[in-house]
Amino acid sequence: MVGKNCFAIASDRRLGVQLQTIATDFQRVFKIHDKLYIGLSGLATDAQTLWVFRILDSFWYQRLVFRHKLYQLREERDMKPETFASLVSALLYEKRFGPYFCQPVIAGLGDNDEPFICTMDCIGAKELAKDFVVSGTASESLYGACESMYKPNMEPEELFETISQALQASVDRDCLSGWGGYVLIV
Amino acid sequence: MTGSMDLPAKGGFDFDLCRRNNMLEKNGLKLPGFLKTGTTIVGLVFQDGVVLGADTRATEGPIVADKNCEKIHFMAPNIYCCGAGTAADTEAVTDMVSSQLQLHRYATGRESRVITALTLLKSHLFRYQGHVSAALVLGGVDCTGPHLHTVYPHGSTDTLPFATMGSGSLAAMSVFESRFKEGLTREEGIELVSDAIRAGIFNDLGSGSNVDVCVITKGKTEYLRNHQLPNPRTYASSKGFSFTKGQTEVLSTKIIPLKQKVEVAEGGDAMEE
Repeated sequence: MVGKNCFAIASDRRLGVQLQTIATDFQRVFKIHDKLYIGLSGLATDAQTLWVFRILDSFWYQRLVFRHKLYQLREERDMKPETFASLVSALLYEKRFGPYFCQPVIAGLGDNDEPFICTMDCIGAKELAKDFVVSGTASESLYGACESMYKPNMEPEELFETISQALQASVDRDCLSGWGGYVLIV
Repeated sequence: MTGSMDLPAKGGFDFDLCRRNNMLEKNGLKLPGFLKTGTTIVGLVFQDGVVLGADTRATEGPIVADKNCEKIHFMAPNIYCCGAGTAADTEAVTDMVSSQLQLHRYATGRESRVITALTLLKSHLFRYQGHVSAALVLGGVDCTGPHLHTVYPHGSTDTLPFATMGSGSLAAMSVFESRFKEGLTREEGIELVSDAIRAGIFNDLGSGSNVDVCVITKGKTEYLRNHQLPNPRTYASSKGFSFTKGQTEVLSTKIIPLKQKVEVAEGGDAMEE
């Protein structure tokens, strides 16, 4: 979610296989650099999912950190969020006919601390937004909750409350998510 | 992890994970849905050039993922392309052809021709036998005059004076068929295109939100983003939700101050030989 010169990115903490919970403190939001974060949700749209592969795809972020570090070495600066979003989109589209099962949410502060958020489907179709982006199993109720709770130009404190309430409200209505949330405000 | 991390890929598609995904699908894992642009895209030729129009809704199954996405993609300063189908495919294909056209412009030193873009698009789509699901309306004005083409996902193309594509194409085509005539003026052209898109927006469930229009004439292109907003958000209450601080139960907080990056200006003396 975008606020005034800040952004917030939040995820739930449950990791599960079908209806069985494996972990209740699973980290899904990863840091690329100080002002750029990516959240990876593995989609579980039905019954039998082989959790090993879903988790491996969540660790795909290590590949992204690798690419960013290469970029830092060459350019001697951090990647802009727009550039990073294009990178992730290209990497996902390469696997167009055998995709990774993850939907990333990218949030960062660009030039002049201008917040940038975007999400992508599993083959890299970028979706930029000026207010909020959502992904995951509870995405439908997240759309609804964010649509009603979001206000433009919120300060970090209020942004935190809003995003937590939206996340908790949606996740309460989804069996596959839960166990609280991690919220990062930059 | 599958794949090596030594070299970045050379480009093009990578079929590494296909076998793994086939195995997963056999075990019952359903592939996540792609972002589609169930769309209305239109184009028509008027007396001085081409007008392209598109709606702005991007859907993911029955849910609207993006209420204001851009479906009119830049190909060259005098050529624009509207895309329907899988969003990632239309974006990737138009970006790729746009880059190829730019390189071609540098190599030849001339303005790009619409037929060049058309050939690049159709040969790429045909090579992938329709699996790259991009249905496009390509329009532009070059030295040979105004051109409008449609490109289907399997690689076939049509050259037409007016065209519609996408799920809302029938609604838009009905508007065109009744009101199109040769030699429209710019205002008439824009109005007809907007009406056609609005027909798609209100009658097709896969299209919605706003109308984008792009007018291309010899030497000038005007991209009227959100030309009409027939679906404003009037239902939201002005007060909205207000959460007081402390309403959310916080288990733990960690505050990390970001280090200020100090820019060191070297000396100030220019390197003099």
